Amino acid sequence: MEERNKLEAAAGKLRFERRRERQKALLLGIISIFIFLTVWQMLCTLHIVGENVLVSPIKVIQAIWIKAGDTRPDGNTLLQNILSSFRLVLIGFGLALVIGLPLGLLMGWYRPLDKFIRPIFEIIRPLPPIAWIPIVIVILGIGTAAKSFIIFFTTFVPIVINSYTGIRETNQVYINFAKTCGYSNWRIFRTVGIPSAMPLAFAGMVIALGNGWGTLVAAEMLASNSGLGYMIFMGRSYGRIDIIIAGMLVIGLIGLALTAALELIEGYVLKWRIKEK
Amino acid sequence: MENRNKVELHKISKVFLNGDSCEAAIEEVSLSVKENEFLVLLGPGECGKSVLLNIVAGLMEATSGEVYINGELCGGIHPEVGMVFQELGVLPWLTVRDNVALPEKFRGMSKKDRYAHGQEFIDLVGLHGFEKYYPHQLSGGMKQRVGIARAYASDSDILLMDEPFGKLDAQTRYSMQDEILKIWNQNKKTVIFVTNNIEEAVYLGDRIILFTAAPMSVRRIYDLKDLPRPRNYTDEKFLQIRGEINRHMDLVIQ
Ligand SMILES: Nc1ncnc2c1ncn2[C@@H]1O[C@H](COP(=O)(O)OP(=O)(O)OP(=O)(O)O)[C@@H](O)[C@H]1O
Ligand SMILES: [Mg+2]
Repeated sequence: MEERNKLEAAAGKLRFERRRERQKALLLGIISIFIFLTVWQMLCTLHIVGENVLVSPIKVIQAIWIKAGDTRPDGNTLLQNILSSFRLVLIGFGLALVIGLPLGLLMGWYRPLDKFIRPIFEIIRPLPPIAWIPIVIVILGIGTAAKSFIIFFTTFVPIVINSYTGIRETNQVYINFAKTCGYSNWRIFRTVGIPSAMPLAFAGMVIALGNGWGTLVAAEMLASNSGLGYMIFMGRSYGRIDIIIAGMLVIGLIGLALTAALELIEGYVLKWRIKEK
Repeated sequence: MENRNKVELHKISKVFLNGDSCEAAIEEVSLSVKENEFLVLLGPGECGKSVLLNIVAGLMEATSGEVYINGELCGGIHPEVGMVFQELGVLPWLTVRDNVALPEKFRGMSKKDRYAHGQEFIDLVGLHGFEKYYPHQLSGGMKQRVGIARAYASDSDILLMDEPFGKLDAQTRYSMQDEILKIWNQNKKTVIFVTNNIEEAVYLGDRIILFTAAPMSVRRIYDLKDLPRPRNYTDEKFLQIRGEINRHMDLVIQ
């Protein structure tokens, strides 16, 4: 009984320390952002930089607030722009996931398929996404399809490469074990190969989503009439620095939220990897 | 029935291609294992024990020679053969209970039956209460037990064990040796147990086959059926056999 109490006490202490650790990290993050905002605000209120170059964070937040209900200057409310961009990234990333993940996994598992597809993939791989824009315009025009394709491309490559590498690193002993159970190659692929590949595949997805969201502005450079990238460009045309910075801020924050959401899913799917610290 | 052997190897040889040169790993190894026998394969490090076991399991092809199981020529994976791997091979993304239930999953057993069946062996290896743990939450010795429980639960009549206690500390090793004998006594199977530890071999085996260093070939066979179990490390007979093997093993290494 006493042993038990001692253990409970120790566990309580560990939990407390861990919570302290997390609080400390959070506090540091908040301080860092606070200092950043203060310096920014100072630059503006002390007129170190002009209104036409940089607006204060308070003005930016005001702009976001107003933009929530106001369609000026680009013709959409902020939410409409967010949804429009979101849709683009979701289509591009979703397509890349649906095609790229199985492709990478299958290529990594089946040698002949690898040999067959590798040459094409290696040629396409180093092309920067922006280099696709002209040809995409010619073939797909300037609609949703074209813009999604640009996003698709930036997300496709890291997804394929990471799932490919992940499954190639499957421990041979696991495969041998499955073989001694009489599993077929296809079944070993599913029960052993895919779980083994998941940690790297998820890393690829996180990179891909970051890339995709980051390429948004470039993709929306192809004529748009909505989206966060479009909003930034219209802000520039109308000389609205506050709109530009508001757009950047929203893109950054949503990118952060997307990555966090993906990591949350990763933590759940890969719970077998979580190590006690 | 002229062949009452459970497993029989006939002149197994294995050559590896190393760049341009050939390297003989196994040279004409013939041996046989009786039903429910506990056979120990003893040999120095890197002599080819794992390769031989992989050939018996059907995971590797012999360059020449044949493997017979139940008197029938066997050319690959055999459903009656289960294996405990030297490198464990416990799947990290499955809980203890799912790992143990995996072989039965292939046979199409329902989840409930699989768990119930597996539980028996989880209890047997002393992992009761750890069913829902993931491998990274277990110690090395516990993982080893998962591998053993899994192989035992797989319902295979022939169990191949490749240095299953190789990476354990002496204390755990001793208790695992007792554990494995206990399980084997309760649930007899044909066991081929690989080790490079003489003491362990003498403690466990009905019979010991001593191998030479690479290229691997049979050096000597020791019949220990007369040595009663449970054996004692300090027993006179035990020490005598141990010493004898030791002398031959030394010859092998030099
Ligand atoms: N797939 C392979 N290709 C080429 N050579 C191999 C292969 N597998 C094993 N060998 C070689 O065969 C020899 C025997 O290896 P094996 O793993 O069977 O040794 P072992 O007796 O199990 O050693 P240990 O006691 O360290 O486990 C080694 O020299 C090894 O390099
Ligand atoms: Mg070995």
